[in-house]
Amino acid sequence: MAKTKRKRIGEAAISPAAFAVISLFALLIRILVSIGPYSGKASPPKYGDYEAQRHWMEITLHTPASEWYRNTSSNDLAYWGLDYPPLSAYQSLAHGLILNSSIPSSVALLSSRGFESPSSNRMMRWTVISSDLMVFFPAAIWFVLVYFRGRNQDDGSAWWLLAMILLNPGLILIDHGHFQYNCISLGLTLGAVAAVVSEKDVIGAILFTLAINHKQMSMYFAPAFFSYLLGKCLRRRYPVLEVMKLGFVVLATFALIWWPYLHSLEAVMEVLARLAPFERGIYEDYVANFWCSTSVVIKWKRLFAIQPLKILSLILTISAFLPSLIQQIKFPSDHGFLYAMLNSSFSFYLFSYQVHEKSILLPLLPASLLAQHEPLLFGWLMFYALFSMYPLLCRDKLILQYSATLALFYLIYRSPYRRDGTKRYKLSLPKKALMILLLLSSFVLHLIYLILNPPKKYPFLFEALIMFLCFSQFVMLTLYANTKQWMLSDYLTRTMSEKKNL
Amino acid sequence: MGLSVKLLFLVLLGFRDRTDLHRRHRRLAVTGAMGDIIWFFATATCVKLLLAPCYHSTDFEVHRHWLALTSSLPLRQWYSDVSSPWTLDYPPLFAFFEFLLSIPASLLDPSITNLHSHNLSSTSALLFLRFSVSFSDLSLLVPAYLLSASFPPLRRRLTLLLLIWSPALVIVDHIHFQYNGFLLGIFLLSLTLLDRGKDLIGGVVFAAVLCSKHLFLVAAPVYFVYLLRHYCRGGLWTGTRRFLTMGISVAAVFAAAFGPFLYYGQMQQVLRRLFPFGRGLTHAYWAPNFWVFYIILDKGLAFILPKFGFSIPTPKASFTGGLVGDSSPFAVLPQVTPVVTFLLVLLAMSPCLVKAFFNPQPKHIIRWVSYACACGFMFGWHVHEKASLHFVIPLGIIATNSLDDARHYFLLSIVSCYSMFPLLFEPQEYPIKVLLLVIHAILMWMGFSTYFSQRTNTKGSKGYDSTDICKGSGLIGWVGICYLLGLVVIEIWGQFLQPYMLGNRLPFLPLMLVSIYCAVGMMYSWAWQLKQILRYT
Repeated sequence: MAKTKRKRIGEAAISPAAFAVISLFALLIRILVSIGPYSGKASPPKYGDYEAQRHWMEITLHTPASEWYRNTSSNDLAYWGLDYPPLSAYQSLAHGLILNSSIPSSVALLSSRGFESPSSNRMMRWTVISSDLMVFFPAAIWFVLVYFRGRNQDDGSAWWLLAMILLNPGLILIDHGHFQYNCISLGLTLGAVAAVVSEKDVIGAILFTLAINHKQMSMYFAPAFFSYLLGKCLRRRYPVLEVMKLGFVVLATFALIWWPYLHSLEAVMEVLARLAPFERGIYEDYVANFWCSTSVVIKWKRLFAIQPLKILSLILTISAFLPSLIQQIKFPSDHGFLYAMLNSSFSFYLFSYQVHEKSILLPLLPASLLAQHEPLLFGWLMFYALFSMYPLLCRDKLILQYSATLALFYLIYRSPYRRDGTKRYKLSLPKKALMILLLLSSFVLHLIYLILNPPKKYPFLFEALIMFLCFSQFVMLTLYANTKQWMLSDYLTRTMSEKKNL
Repeated sequence: MGLSVKLLFLVLLGFRDRTDLHRRHRRLAVTGAMGDIIWFFATATCVKLLLAPCYHSTDFEVHRHWLALTSSLPLRQWYSDVSSPWTLDYPPLFAFFEFLLSIPASLLDPSITNLHSHNLSSTSALLFLRFSVSFSDLSLLVPAYLLSASFPPLRRRLTLLLLIWSPALVIVDHIHFQYNGFLLGIFLLSLTLLDRGKDLIGGVVFAAVLCSKHLFLVAAPVYFVYLLRHYCRGGLWTGTRRFLTMGISVAAVFAAAFGPFLYYGQMQQVLRRLFPFGRGLTHAYWAPNFWVFYIILDKGLAFILPKFGFSIPTPKASFTGGLVGDSSPFAVLPQVTPVVTFLLVLLAMSPCLVKAFFNPQPKHIIRWVSYACACGFMFGWHVHEKASLHFVIPLGIIATNSLDDARHYFLLSIVSCYSMFPLLFEPQEYPIKVLLLVIHAILMWMGFSTYFSQRTNTKGSKGYDSTDICKGSGLIGWVGICYLLGLVVIEIWGQFLQPYMLGNRLPFLPLMLVSIYCAVGMMYSWAWQLKQILRYT
């Protein structure tokens, strides 16, 4: 009796009605955020990311593909030149065609710079919302279905996990507030995760290649995908064949996307140079990573030339993700893979060259997938990830949306069901005290940043404080996640040796 | 599928194991209720805050002007000021409420309370006014707590869903801009108190509601009859004493509200502002009530009769423009005057007055009062579509009483919310209002089916068949489903097909269709409530 009941609830965990409610609610929140302001609204001459995306639609619509990444009379690369891979450009073209069919003046060549009208804003917003609906939402639902497949879920947390993935305030604020299309690359990555976890490696490889070709930042996950897939292939009957199959699929997808540039090495290099703008320095603004935080003590930009810095950051990044890479090659597992994604994206965020504060969205994705397993880590990371983007969102005048979506997230994170749940954290008193202290100081810092003017001598004092606080938390979380990943393999070896002994 | 939905809803709304419940103390259950209420309210508040940049109607400027009016003019000029077309037409207690709000407003940004800053659209004004609505919604929490603290968790959460997450309330208050949540909170408080047998304080609270928004006047007859028979019972001496206590308490509330104006000799001016009978039978957008059928019948007759040789003069007045001289806006049917509507409302609510007179029972008071409000909505003079909130929200309290109530409420709340769609006509808010309604409808459907199948399971085989409820058609039946699908068709026609097929011809048609179609649903709801009262109370 008990067994059948549990099985019924297990089926209930993937009820269409609840999934529909969560998805519709996530859609509603996105629409509500999208009626707010966006980056660079009505602020000539450079505007912001909204104008960048609109400008790419204009460029891709009116110039041939071979000129998209080249400085020409109609394509001034100094004004928001295209710096994402070709799939992004194709997406801009598709959206540009839609805008062109109803409001041609909003994407007219050259004359449309800084174009803003209520109807064109609405259309632009809907290009993001529809991309989200078409890519990220199905991927999230697929992932949750895969995650809960065959499990006797007696607490029905499937809807909760889906809500955690879909109601990620960081993603909502950056995509639908600030204005970007992270939902596409992250959605493709999420689809790839769902695919490889459900043993559809080829589809996973294709989706992940697409993700990389939409935003090169998806490379943050490459070590995890590489090691997990390699580890799995090595355990199959013909490992070399399996690896070659995946390699071929990846190369073919790349070739298809890069087709317009494959006619000469020069053209490829031209695009690559746009994708990796090393001349912009090792960091910009105040991003809570290693380079920016330590620059208070060591003036990296002044002490080193670009070349040694490049090599240094490469070495540091590799050594940061190496442990998790090795772990996954040796013991590939579904959970370990999610941890590896978190660890490799963290290592890139912390140590790689030219990181933006928005890149914290990348570690946030695997953390949200691990929400069921690591609710505390996810909740903690979400808060500090958002806090690290707080100065940016303040500049965009999105404070209302910031507070509302963050509060909403934590309300659902600790929903009545969660509150009643038996799975509660029993933290020791000093840990609890430390957490409360950290949270309090972050709240105070939120207010200070909003209300007080910084001292004239240190105009960026508050940004630096926010950065230090977030950086310390990110480092702590990275260490924790790495340890957890290796503890998984301990567990695996133990169970394996037990099996052998039996 | 149905069963899985039911079980999921148990999980979604935090179903506790029975054994688990046994272990918990009563105190914990109460804190659980508090936690639930806070959770529902906080979640709703987040959504309300996100709605701040949405379109708002001229009511926004109306309320901003009232803030300025009450803060910068002395009391004696409140009802005689003409510095803006948005003159104060709410009763004095609401004006006092605006006065209270104007204190923090002037501290935040003095331009909000400046009488001469017409059509102010600064961020501070917007945020302050929007916040004030979300904040004043706190008044909903007290009745919500009183009502649902003793309920089992699932029923409690279902009730909170109907009261606090009502999409119609969100649309009217937090997009269109009004303070209905605040007023309905006090109204519900009065109903809850009556329901618990606390007649005196319930009556006083109702007097306070009347002095804040006089549209609630339509509930007064039921209140009067009920309190007369229920509170003032117990022999001649006790009855008289209680009657005097109640009379004096209510009079004190009215004196506090209207006293100052009586003192200044402005009562006539105040009443003229409160009851502007210069307006027409219907609003520009016909509220879905009885008069829609009357008008349509008149139009139909005016179209058909000439074909049979009758000569019909075309009317010169319009329904919305008010009484222009003696000319009737109707071509065939007799003219409707405010007195007619007044008598009709009284006649319609008379069954419940009779019931309340002969058998005054606290457990029926919410149904009676809601029915009275429904009568006012169906037959009243110049009714706004927003007035349907006055009976839809109170009915939410008793919607979980029985499966029949739930069925009726499910349909009614969807129709009432849909009838408010025309309030938001800009493309930006279109997906928002649709999503609000759809999400609420799905949650309601899940909640009702789960709750009632669970209840029948625990009660044994007697009652409703649980599998029947969970089937798609179970909750509202095929007629209900067809009716709701018709709603979708009307919406698709008005939004997409009509502009495409007819272009600019017949621009009034979509709104008219919405009115007529919703009026059918409203008429059904009214008749159902009447039947329920006649049969069971």
